[in-house]
Amino acid sequence: MPSIISISGVTKTYATGFQALKEINLDIQRGEIFALLGPNGAGKTTLISIVCGIVNRSSGTVTVDGNDINKDYRAARSLIGLVPQELTIDAFESVWATVSYSRGLFGKPANPAFVEKVLRDLSLWDKKDAKAITLSGGMKRRLMIAKALSHEPRVLFLDEPTAGVDVELRQDMWEMVRRLREDGVTIILTTHYIEEAEAMADRVGVINRGEIILVDDKAELMRKLGRKRLLVELRSPLATVPEKLSRYALELSPDGQQLTYTYDNQSDRPGVASLLRDLEAAGIHFRDMDTENSSLEEIFVNLLRQEP
Amino acid sequence: MNLRAAMNLRAVWAIYRVEMARAFRTVLQSIISPVISTSLYFVVFGSAIGSRITEIDGISYGAFIVPGLIMLSLLTQSISNASFAIYFPKFVGSIYELLSAPVSYLEIVIAYVGGAATKSIILGLIILATASLFVPLHIEHPVWMLAFLVLTAVTFSLFGFIIGIWAKSFEQLQLVPLLIITPLTFLGGSFYSINMLPDIWRTVTLFNPVVYLISGFRWSFYGKSDVSVGISLGMTVVFLLICIAIVAWIFRTGYRLRN
Repeated sequence: MPSIISISGVTKTYATGFQALKEINLDIQRGEIFALLGPNGAGKTTLISIVCGIVNRSSGTVTVDGNDINKDYRAARSLIGLVPQELTIDAFESVWATVSYSRGLFGKPANPAFVEKVLRDLSLWDKKDAKAITLSGGMKRRLMIAKALSHEPRVLFLDEPTAGVDVELRQDMWEMVRRLREDGVTIILTTHYIEEAEAMADRVGVINRGEIILVDDKAELMRKLGRKRLLVELRSPLATVPEKLSRYALELSPDGQQLTYTYDNQSDRPGVASLLRDLEAAGIHFRDMDTENSSLEEIFVNLLRQEP
Repeated sequence: MNLRAAMNLRAVWAIYRVEMARAFRTVLQSIISPVISTSLYFVVFGSAIGSRITEIDGISYGAFIVPGLIMLSLLTQSISNASFAIYFPKFVGSIYELLSAPVSYLEIVIAYVGGAATKSIILGLIILATASLFVPLHIEHPVWMLAFLVLTAVTFSLFGFIIGIWAKSFEQLQLVPLLIITPLTFLGGSFYSINMLPDIWRTVTLFNPVVYLISGFRWSFYGKSDVSVGISLGMTVVFLLICIAIVAWIFRTGYRLRN
């Protein structure tokens, strides 16, 4: 299936000479949730702004559902809804007027029933006549989402959607994103909360210093780069790790009760089975054991560390 | 080609409506305050000082200053309406939505400039009505009067739009109206005929574009003008074309919008 967004050879150098993006190539698949991860200043927002038409790129091409973002900008932009990072709303307009304005701006005929549905889905219906300035931070964030959804976009960009948002709203938002995906909306979210990407995304892209350093299936990424840990609870404490087991580079807990063996799928360290055999042979008996997968966060930190 | 298919008229309407709604929300600031200040001009210039000034070109002083007063408000309000309308979303950041919408530059200009010009035209007509309470008014060429009113409102709304895009701070936003437009209007013959000036100052004054606006506008009222109407109209159109050219350049380059 052809990708819904195709970014090729996109660069951006600001007037100050700062090169925000170096040769970005990226394809977003139709209907997926794609998480763009990266530290602050990596170029996430610049990339989104270029696709949405807010910032001019220096070179390269971008198409949205086959429409060039310059030549066919109307068709391209009509498909996109954007929820920016900052809460920027006309403070003196009512919720209803703000959302209806957005719909009109995107060229859609007035549809009060649809606007009502969007507001209800986002628990803003009670506030429809309230001025934006009177809303709480979480409600303002929801209003921004309502604006982005008002024109029935096929692609939704969420730039740091849960920055500074409380746990409950974060759960609501994830729920909403999943519902949208079920309706066939493609979702691209940027975040530096790895847990967000881990919980939501089908695929993950990592951007650092203006370059995409990796794009992969989330599960694949965790399988390839994720480390696993085997925790072995000992029956009786050890003073030191026996010499014979040195090739496993085991870590011993301070109380001598627990051994930790870290391994990953790429390294040539021996497997768990051989460790267990060797423990047995060394006369070390264990009470219990457990394994842990490393989180996307650790993968991410490791990736950035490898960067020159 | 069908206009509806070629243009995003719904977007133009959406922006225009929000701009007009703002004027009604801030009715005190948008409408009442210019009416009060115009009345004050009439009290001070028309009655207190005007009673000591003889007629100019056979027109009573109170009536003579009406076109100039309307122009004064028309210019400053067109500029401040349009510059604020585009600067404010830039300032709070909500401009992202406009830039990401399927809206052409032409549509953006039509909506914002149309909104600003509509407001200042309404204001001009309110001032005209207010003035008629103070002095007997006579409009010799009503169609031309409206034409000058609309042309000037559109031209200076465009100019204000340019300032709004150029400005990086509220201070800069105020700078041009305060330091350039207000002096040019006061020195452009709002309160006197430039024929009353010594020759050298009269020549200098002819470099002031506002002279042509006020002169042409006054001609539409009383059939008398400082410079010929053709030149007035020509100069106004030239200024309009310059503003259009600058706006076209801004949009072609993304100047201070998409960079």
